[in-house]
Amino acid sequence: MTMLEIRNLHASIEGKEILKGIDLVVNAGEVHSIMGPNGSGKSTLARVLAGEACYEVTEGEILFKGKNLLDLEPDERAREGVFMAFQYPVEVPGVSTKYFLKASVNAMRKHRGLDELDAFDFLELIKEKLKLVHMDESLLDRAVNEGFSGGEKKRAEIFQMAMLDPCLGVLDETDSGLDIDALRIVAEGVNKLRGPDRSFILITHYQRLLNYVVPDFVHVLLDGRIVRSGGKELALELEENGYSFINGEINEPVSV
Amino acid sequence: MSSTTTSDPIDQWEQTDEYKWGFVTDIESDTLPPGLNEDVVKAISAKKNEPDWLLQWRLEAYRNWLTMTEPNWQNLEYNKIDFQAISYYSAPKSDADRPKSLDEVDPKLLETYEKLGIPLEERAILAGVAVDAVFDSVSVATTFKDKLHEVGIIFCPFSEAVQEHPELVRKYLGSIVPPNDNFFAALNSAVFTDGSFVFIPKGVKCPMELSTYFRINAISTGQFERTLIIAEEGSHVSYLEGCTAPMRDENQLHAAVVELIAMKDATIKYSTIQNWYPGNAEGVGGIYNFVTKRGKCAGDNSRISWTQVETGSAITWKYPSCILQGDNSIGEFYSVALTNHHQKADTGTKMIHIGKNTKSYIISKGISAGVGRNTYRGQVKVLKQATNSRNFTQCDSMLMGDKCSAHTFPYIEVANSSSHIEHEATTSKIGEDQIFYCNQRGISTEDAISMIINGFCKEVFAELPMEFAVEAKKLLEVSLEGSVG
Repeated sequence: MTMLEIRNLHASIEGKEILKGIDLVVNAGEVHSIMGPNGSGKSTLARVLAGEACYEVTEGEILFKGKNLLDLEPDERAREGVFMAFQYPVEVPGVSTKYFLKASVNAMRKHRGLDELDAFDFLELIKEKLKLVHMDESLLDRAVNEGFSGGEKKRAEIFQMAMLDPCLGVLDETDSGLDIDALRIVAEGVNKLRGPDRSFILITHYQRLLNYVVPDFVHVLLDGRIVRSGGKELALELEENGYSFINGEINEPVSV
Repeated sequence: MSSTTTSDPIDQWEQTDEYKWGFVTDIESDTLPPGLNEDVVKAISAKKNEPDWLLQWRLEAYRNWLTMTEPNWQNLEYNKIDFQAISYYSAPKSDADRPKSLDEVDPKLLETYEKLGIPLEERAILAGVAVDAVFDSVSVATTFKDKLHEVGIIFCPFSEAVQEHPELVRKYLGSIVPPNDNFFAALNSAVFTDGSFVFIPKGVKCPMELSTYFRINAISTGQFERTLIIAEEGSHVSYLEGCTAPMRDENQLHAAVVELIAMKDATIKYSTIQNWYPGNAEGVGGIYNFVTKRGKCAGDNSRISWTQVETGSAITWKYPSCILQGDNSIGEFYSVALTNHHQKADTGTKMIHIGKNTKSYIISKGISAGVGRNTYRGQVKVLKQATNSRNFTQCDSMLMGDKCSAHTFPYIEVANSSSHIEHEATTSKIGEDQIFYCNQRGISTEDAISMIINGFCKEVFAELPMEFAVEAKKLLEVSLEGSVG
């Protein structure tokens, strides 16, 4: 089953074109990694998928489970099953993480025609999912992301993903700023969530995450276009030679 | 009563120059023409059939007012008020002038009531539908009154208290807020028309929130409201004024005075939800709300707690304060003030520590949206003899959008070394990024705003009586509709 199909996607911010024609197909169960240097448009792609208002899609289309994703508001996309782990998770002072997650989980459930979880079931779900990311429950009594360390924020994002059970997880540089232990924990969480009905797009600058989460496909994004695609070995090639070796090829046609 | 003695002020009034403008009135008629002078004060007093001492009290206040100048230190600008253009007495509309049923009421107003979850029968009353045409709410009110009467509580309109309990009114009126306290308090003292009077006798715990009754009956309290609450030794009362529903009012200037007195071991909890007309989105119209509220913890171990949710009015100028005179007395101020569109609020509190071991807590939450301006202004003053006193102040501001502003002016004076003062202040912004984050977790924009705002205000809402906490949440949602995204 095709989970996500991006066709000739062009997107700009404040009139400046960032994505210049992206084509990408992600099937159910697949993990795709998108790599590229700073400024290549990786995060823009994640944010356009999630529907952030400041990005304007000028051309192309995105189909998610066969539906036109661009027709949906950001909250509708989320309820359909698109989850984005933020590169910089936002703080929401005064709103406890538990309360926030309950609202979130129940919004999803309602959309799927399920009953809202009561306090007991919800706490059980929390306990079960916390194990995935080795997170302490006390963190959930604090306001959303407030005063969390960088690593705690990233782990909390993966924990939220586990709670919300999405079809597509888009991780926007979740590995950046993590020490090796935190990286391992995050990767372990992702690996446990992998399954035949769930797809992932891992956006990363570095290869090291891919030592722990082995992708099915690797794509190199450069100046708003996917210039190379391959298997996991492409990541290793990049690790050795840097992005510069691709720079040399940029004007040549790249076969996908 | 004394108004029919030698010189009837109404007669005098009719004989003044104003008479030639065609103004004719008698004691039953309903509105005085615009303008303020001693005769107007006399006329109001006469209409209320007041004793002479009260008339003299009003006149003295009026004469004081003439020598005073309008305050200009606040962080507010507003169109100059022409005090001669205001009519200072206007009786409630007769039933004949009111809408006969909800069908005749502005649908937009009804829509708001709906959103706020106001019970159907109350909607009609709030919208000014003639009470007889609605349902028998009067009997509901009477039932409350009987119940209160059984335990010796006096709870009645201020003007009724003047007639029925003149000794109490005379003893306490102006004892906390003197008639010459400030420009607006002086004006109120001269021309107040009505309000509420509460007396809780020694050792009595008021068996109900003085709210439901009040809500049904406070519709035409008018622009110069006067409230006096006396809690005798060991008594306890919780009072709620106002209503979440937007109230119709044609008067632009409101200048209320509220005085609270708590004797030894007494507790007064005073909650306000203020939702007067804020003006339209362009800043046209709206109520100017200049309020003086002050409580005195007169006895040892007494406690006065102010909770306010201020969402209405174009201009809010209000500093509910506590004079902590009794040893171990406690003063509290919990506030949510919201300014959207062109609203401006300058609000806060004063905590004056006089007794030993006195404590005060101040929690202020300011929310600004649109081009609104929100100012916290608070004074904590600890006198020399108020040893071992403590104050904790937390003052948080939230901004929505980039055209609004928040300001904080704390004034702290401590005259002894055994007291502790803590002040915390934060400013945060409800941004597109927070909303987007919530959206990305499947939460709609509307729910996200409500969640963020409620999270921000929750310490204050926790102080409100339950039913009003629920309404207050909805009120904030409705007041902020369309301000983000």
